Amino acid sequence: MKKSIWKRFTEWVDGVAEEFEPEQLPQTQDKEKKHKTHSLDEQQRLRVFTIGYDIVAFIVGITVVAVLIFTIFQLPLFGCADNPAVNEVVQRYVENGLEETGAVNMVAGMILDYRAFDTFGESSVLFLAVTCVMMLLLRDKKNISKEEDIQQMHERIIEKESRDLILKNVTALIIPWIMLFGVYIVLNGHISPGGGFSGGAVMGAGLILYSAAYGVDATSRFFTRNTFRAITSTALLCYAASKAYSFFTGANGLPTGIPLGTPGAIFSSGLILVLDICVGMVVACTMYGFYILFAKGEF
Amino acid sequence: MKIAFELILILGLIVCAVSALSSKRLLVTVVIYMAYSLVMTVIWALLQSPDLAITEAAVGAGVTGILFLTTLKKIHALKGTKDE
Amino acid sequence: MAAFLEKVISLRFEIAAAILFGIGFMNLLLQKNLIRKIVAFNVMDSSVFLLLASQGYIDGRVAPIVTDGIREASHYVNPIPAGLVLTGIVVSVSVSAFFLALVQRLYKHYHTVNFDEIMILAKEKVD
Repeated sequence: MKKSIWKRFTEWVDGVAEEFEPEQLPQTQDKEKKHKTHSLDEQQRLRVFTIGYDIVAFIVGITVVAVLIFTIFQLPLFGCADNPAVNEVVQRYVENGLEETGAVNMVAGMILDYRAFDTFGESSVLFLAVTCVMMLLLRDKKNISKEEDIQQMHERIIEKESRDLILKNVTALIIPWIMLFGVYIVLNGHISPGGGFSGGAVMGAGLILYSAAYGVDATSRFFTRNTFRAITSTALLCYAASKAYSFFTGANGLPTGIPLGTPGAIFSSGLILVLDICVGMVVACTMYGFYILFAKGEF
Repeated sequence: MKIAFELILILGLIVCAVSALSSKRLLVTVVIYMAYSLVMTVIWALLQSPDLAITEAAVGAGVTGILFLTTLKKIHALKGTKDE
Repeated sequence: MAAFLEKVISLRFEIAAAILFGIGFMNLLLQKNLIRKIVAFNVMDSSVFLLLASQGYIDGRVAPIVTDGIREASHYVNPIPAGLVLTGIVVSVSVSAFFLALVQRLYKHYHTVNFDEIMILAKEKVD
């Protein structure tokens, strides 16, 4: 056993590819036949395993909940002001946040100024998630079959013929307001609740609604894969560049040269507005990208 | 009074979670999960975090539900009355 | 007994979070259907967020948005859990989208979303 692992490892290092069997779809007629070939002994073992697994899972679950509730009784009481989580960090963020970041909404000031690096990583996570879903679901030349093509064409035709009139008209009526609300949330992220994440999600939901009501081809006219690529990478690079500038000049409290403006105005709080727009773009493209990959399989 | 309202919301949360995960049809599961997200939205608003409420309403009840429903269509779970 | 009940009511959100975590965890282990497993995972996610956010709440204080120029820290709730959870919610949706994409690929290959059947079919292929 050990030798074979070592051998496989050396083969892997040498670049000898493992031989995979060609993929074959399991046939439904085959399935029943194969089920019967299971010996009685194996079925018995499987049943014992299933029952044992259920019992063990139940016990583990109960134990986890018991331990959690026991721990929760040791926590400080809900709504108590002397909670140890309310420490000098919170005091600093709340009392000096307005002067140092210029953001009225302290959550936006915190996640886009004090902890902007964290948010950058998170936007990259979203980009990475879309990339992974694209790897799994994109209908390129290796992930395509004739039956599926025919089925999708059928669905497309049925969709086109039986498009819902009510959905279409109501969508036409409310789409402008949804997009406007999304833009409003993004642009007001630093002076009211909201910000890049929620506004981007609202805009993405608006795009999804449009493509659900008018068919997946309707959005493809103005939102192709190249648009997605351009918007997402520009937004991420813009985020990285502006934060790099801020780290380069403004770390350790040196002046950045970017005016913070009057708190409460739209054009205030330095870089937070720019970062909010970047994050909003990334999130909107991500949400729409998920949907279009799920529904159509291609941009 | 506020505590009673919060307790009702918590009860609704737990009922939604249990019934979503014990329903027979996958469509019902997904729809009740969206209702769960909406109850969660009200709880975020009560916990004085409006940012979370907006995000949860847009993401949890909107986008996640749509992704689930699209997947159900792809795995042909929307046609019959039973699971598959 | 009265003191215990008082404590339970005081810690209502935390206990609800623990119960929801348990519901999600047990269903994640016990459900056979992959879609239900993903829903259970999402329930677990939001229970963790509920625990975090409820630890940041303080009675009688308002959301961390400067109003009327009041700048004392004793006027606002803790903004840090809200920031953490905000990031978490958006990551959780991308994680569940990734799971659903994996389920779609599995369905394409095995024509079922039942975990047991997938295991049996995969084992037969190895044999």
